[in-house]
Amino acid sequence: MSTVPYLTAGWIMLAGLYGIVTTRDLVHAVVCLSVTQSGTYVLLLAIGYRSGATAPVFSDRPPPPAGGPVTDPVVQAMTLTDIVVGATVTALLLALSVQVAKRRGTLDPGALRPLEP
Amino acid sequence: MRPRTRVTLFAAGAAGTAALFTGGTLGLPAFGGSLHPYADRAVHHAVLRGTPNVVSSVNFDQRAFDTLGEELILLSAAIAAVALLRVVRSEDERGGATHRHGPAEVSDALRIVGHLLLPLTLLTGVYIVAHGAQSPGGGFQGGVILGTAIHLLYLAGDYPALQRLRPIPVFESTEAVAAAAFVLLALAAAGASPAGRVPALNTAVGVEVGCALVLLLGKFFEQALLIREHPPAGDPREPA
Repeated sequence: MSTVPYLTAGWIMLAGLYGIVTTRDLVHAVVCLSVTQSGTYVLLLAIGYRSGATAPVFSDRPPPPAGGPVTDPVVQAMTLTDIVVGATVTALLLALSVQVAKRRGTLDPGALRPLEP
Repeated sequence: MRPRTRVTLFAAGAAGTAALFTGGTLGLPAFGGSLHPYADRAVHHAVLRGTPNVVSSVNFDQRAFDTLGEELILLSAAIAAVALLRVVRSEDERGGATHRHGPAEVSDALRIVGHLLLPLTLLTGVYIVAHGAQSPGGGFQGGVILGTAIHLLYLAGDYPALQRLRPIPVFESTEAVAAAAFVLLALAAAGASPAGRVPALNTAVGVEVGCALVLLLGKFFEQALLIREHPPAGDPREPA
């Protein structure tokens, strides 16, 4: 049972990829990319989890070994920056979708043709 | 490629990926186990350098150059989105006359709550940025709170007040200055003593993330108002 959190991360990633592959709408594709990305958050946090541990903040208690175990701060820091950067990249992709909708009048990736005037 | 072919191809690839991924996870240390070599070293160094919040210490001290790269990704993504969403003059002229930005009709409760929460949320954002080295928080989280705080006015239906509170050119300049400050601080801090590094970098990131969010949301709002040139009757966000 100890691999269930890791497998969940892989499942979320594949579910998002399935959405990207079968999508009929660019906004839907962007959202599916966000889902794919959240698989990496789950994986990172699952790797950093430690049973019975608390947050890695020592403003009100002593650091380990005296204060007990803490979860892995490295993966938390990576997840944190990933979320913020991911949000901005999502905004960029949505901006691209707005432009596509304006110029081509469609959001269906199947209906888009290259070099169409 | 036809949809059916595409799904078949995806199924084959997904099956392979799933097999590899499952095989890989079986080799990982057990979930919740006590083997965390990175965590032990990061915590040790954070304590040595006197930063109680280890996540902030990792972001702005131990991996500061890495964060610099992520920061520049954030900056370039925000710039690109703003450039893409720029309102072209012809669109502006076509859409400009058809709508007027007056206060929308929202319930008084929502209006009052929006205006009351605005200063509180801004204060919370500043606290989370400023106290990120000591307690849970930091520049990224606080920046998001700061950036979304002023959009409480939008929820409260007061779009003109939001526009007064949010002069886009000021936020553009502030974001650029914050990004430059982050680069300079990160370069200046390399090899120097760690004292003061984490709070300074935290503040620069907080300002930049906040400005980026305000800019992006502002540009998307402009687009939404442009595209909804002929809004359906009774849309609460579009005053008649």
